[in-house]
Amino acid sequence: MLSFCLILVAALFFTGVISRTKSILSGRKGPGILQPVKDIIRLFKKGVVYSSTTSFIFQIAPSIYFSSVVIAMLVVPFGQSKGLISFQGDFIFFAYVLALGKFFSIIAALDTGSSFEGMGASREALYSMFAEPAFFILLGSMALLTGQTSFQEIFADLHLGSPISYALAVLAAFVLGMIMMIENSRMPIDDPKTHLELTMIHEVMILDNSGFDLGLILSAGLMKFAIYGALIVNLFIGMFPYEYAIPMFFAIQLGAAVITGSIESFMARFRMSHNAQFIFALTSVSLLIFFGVLMLLGKFI
Amino acid sequence: MTLVIIFILICITGVIIIPFINVKMKGIAVLTAIVTNTIISGYFAIQSLTGQAISYILPGSVITGAIPVRIDALSGWFILIVNFVFLTGGWYGLFYMGAYKYQRKKISLHAIAFLLLHTSLVSLLAIQNSIVFLVAWEVMMFSAFICVIFEHEKEVTLKAGINYLIQSHICVVLLVTGFLWVSFKTGSYDFQAITTFSAAQTHAGAIFLFLLFFVGFAIKTGFVPFHTWLPYAHPAAPAHISGIMSGVLIKSGIYGILRMILLIKADFTTIGYVILTISVISGLYGVMLAIVQHDLKKLLAYHSVENIGIIGLGIGIGCIGLGTGNHVLASLGFAGALLHTLNHALFKSLLFYTAGMVYQATHTLNVEHLGGLIKKMPQTALLFLIAAVAITGLPPFNGFISEFIIYTGLYQWLQSASLNSLIFILFLILGLVLIGGLAMLCFTKAFGIVFLGNARREFHHQVKEGPFLQLLPLYFITFFILFIGVCPQLFLNLLQGPVQLFTENRGVANTMFSVKAFGALTPIGLAAWGLILLTLIIFSIRKWVLLHRPVSAGPTWGCGYVAPTAKMQYTAGSFVRSYMKLNKPTLLLSKSEKAVIGLFPAHSHFESHAYDKLEKWLIDKPVRAIKSFLSRFLFLQNGSLQSYILYGIMFIIGVIFIPIVFDALLWFIEFLKRL
Repeated sequence: MLSFCLILVAALFFTGVISRTKSILSGRKGPGILQPVKDIIRLFKKGVVYSSTTSFIFQIAPSIYFSSVVIAMLVVPFGQSKGLISFQGDFIFFAYVLALGKFFSIIAALDTGSSFEGMGASREALYSMFAEPAFFILLGSMALLTGQTSFQEIFADLHLGSPISYALAVLAAFVLGMIMMIENSRMPIDDPKTHLELTMIHEVMILDNSGFDLGLILSAGLMKFAIYGALIVNLFIGMFPYEYAIPMFFAIQLGAAVITGSIESFMARFRMSHNAQFIFALTSVSLLIFFGVLMLLGKFI
Repeated sequence: MTLVIIFILICITGVIIIPFINVKMKGIAVLTAIVTNTIISGYFAIQSLTGQAISYILPGSVITGAIPVRIDALSGWFILIVNFVFLTGGWYGLFYMGAYKYQRKKISLHAIAFLLLHTSLVSLLAIQNSIVFLVAWEVMMFSAFICVIFEHEKEVTLKAGINYLIQSHICVVLLVTGFLWVSFKTGSYDFQAITTFSAAQTHAGAIFLFLLFFVGFAIKTGFVPFHTWLPYAHPAAPAHISGIMSGVLIKSGIYGILRMILLIKADFTTIGYVILTISVISGLYGVMLAIVQHDLKKLLAYHSVENIGIIGLGIGIGCIGLGTGNHVLASLGFAGALLHTLNHALFKSLLFYTAGMVYQATHTLNVEHLGGLIKKMPQTALLFLIAAVAITGLPPFNGFISEFIIYTGLYQWLQSASLNSLIFILFLILGLVLIGGLAMLCFTKAFGIVFLGNARREFHHQVKEGPFLQLLPLYFITFFILFIGVCPQLFLNLLQGPVQLFTENRGVANTMFSVKAFGALTPIGLAAWGLILLTLIIFSIRKWVLLHRPVSAGPTWGCGYVAPTAKMQYTAGSFVRSYMKLNKPTLLLSKSEKAVIGLFPAHSHFESHAYDKLEKWLIDKPVRAIKSFLSRFLFLQNGSLQSYILYGIMFIIGVIFIPIVFDALLWFIEFLKRL
């Protein structure tokens, strides 16, 4: 329950911090940190326009997407406190429940009959497929290292063996961070601020959503950021007592947001055709972690 | 005993009376016969699942010897699956066949074959005498062949059917070899002879015997590289037959493999590695080819190959568990495999039935010609969607449960594995994850292109939903798909019997289903409920909020373009184009295009087809080589009667004289020796 509340709080400011970082780095004053949340509240108050091509799939998809993210959020633990849903192999459930949301956002995009949205849907399906192996191998290595198969137990036992595991945790943070970028369609995979529909991935899929539905999708996006941020936090806090862990949580979330913002300020988006290779390369970083674990366990060399 | 005889008598009576009654009654007669036989066999099956294995010895004949009929929990589990799919399939088929009601003779034949198919399938799950087993197997194959070639006036259908028949007989050759080998050495046709025989064999001998049976059954099941008959036979058959073939017929191979694991005593670690390698390749290859198919049923057929791969992964993990004496691993593997067998039977038959609805409404299965069907056939679309989500393995449906058990097995194995197997497991996890991701790409394409957007072609006939009674069995299947997803523990209890057979047989377990391994299923069920409830709550909040807000409709946002046509939609080909580009090395794509050139372009076209690379190398090339070799003897078949009479005379002379010449030779050699 603790993690649920913390993630919700982090979700409120995460995207705001990103855009604030970007504006400061480009020499502007920029909007307030809570601006994305205000935008969403405004959207909830608006009416909606539906395309006459769409069917009930388009109407129910945002709700399913939103609830899939919320359920995934319930799985994430915080230090010693488990998530509301916690069992052996819960990380498999975590990945698959997020995939359910993705399935529906993809078919909702196809429901509009627009070729732009079809293009975005196609890319989303392909890239998310490539990002999955990295996640599973990462968690597999951690499971091997700790001998546990649930999020909370893995994270709790991660650093009991030896402090070298912190090095692996840094690598793991990199992998999770990149997965966060892919899942949320941020640089360097996707540029949310581009104005050309042909080059977007996630943004182009939700072109036809408006009002309440768009609000749901955007707020799910905010939570997704914070979920991955929380996973990264969990890599480091281990069994720290709460008085250290909670400040660390916010510090790391803030750091992740600032880094995301800086990447977006200084980097250009990859060429679309290079994305697949790049994402699959993440898997090799995961493999590196796997071999690191083998070394730690003395099974290797 | 009497029930077994009644079971066979019902089938025989059905076969005899079907040709003499009118078309409507034929269907009803078949369905009644199947319902009665389902009740009889289901009674045995449920008894065996609750712990009382049934065993009869039928007297048999001089040739076969006594025929043992043993229904243990494994048979029971498969019998229940077969019965369920046949009931729903038969019911659905009743309406599907309505379109062909004027072809009386064909319907008679089809009805007879359908009834025989059910009887033979159920019998081969119970019979434990190798000769009778092979007879039942053969009956099953021929009746399936007749069912497949229902529309035999089409050349494609007939070709697909014959392709299936030939490949199935290669499978029979292997099975016959295996069974004969055992019976020659032991003098018994009873399956139990296989156990005694393999126990007496050397290490390699037992594995060889297992592999003989495994390859034989793998052809039936459709493991890569023995899968090539599947993508032809499934699309050619009528929808209810495709559903049954994919749902249960190919599972007879899975049953065979599992039965052999129970019977043969061999080194299961090696066998496990072999099965796992083949399975992960099957899974990946199946889905990789499924994505590029444009024929909806062919796409589903390749998906069967993928799902067989997932079932195989479960079996392989179970074998490793048996080999290493790790009972948690063994029970996880076999439970996952058995549950996925049921799950696949449910969602794959549902997918084929809905594809049949689409075919009957539009008369095409080419996804590029379809689109927007959800508005005309909302119920079919919803059913297809649920099956698609389930087959992708997403919660809250049944596919997730079995895949989850298999994942748990892999991660469980990871904890106790050595370095080499660790790297192997890594590839298995990678494979399984990619299978999941690719399946999502495939089914978002299939559902999105066929049912969503606008219609890509105008049809000259009315496209409408099928009758409710035809959809009713589909709702039954859907109910189970959801039910397993939200209450997995209930089905796990049913699985206890069959899984225990495996673990106890090897003496690796005395306590079944350790809490640590399967305890996750209760929270998964709860989480699935939570997911459904949360979605409903959010959807109703949205509904309520929108009551007070202006809701309007307009055209799809075309980024400024205001006159889009249906042809400008994303097509199935373009949806998977980036995937195809990445995956070029493993696919065999042929393109024919005429580009748009100049200011006033003339007619242009673009076509692309994907072909199976393995089929090209393993089937087409050898067949061509054999053909060219045999064509050297073509001069023998010259069409003149005189030559044929000459061959006959030469044959008779040969038959008479060869023994005489042989004797003469012997005499001559004796004579030489005496000199």
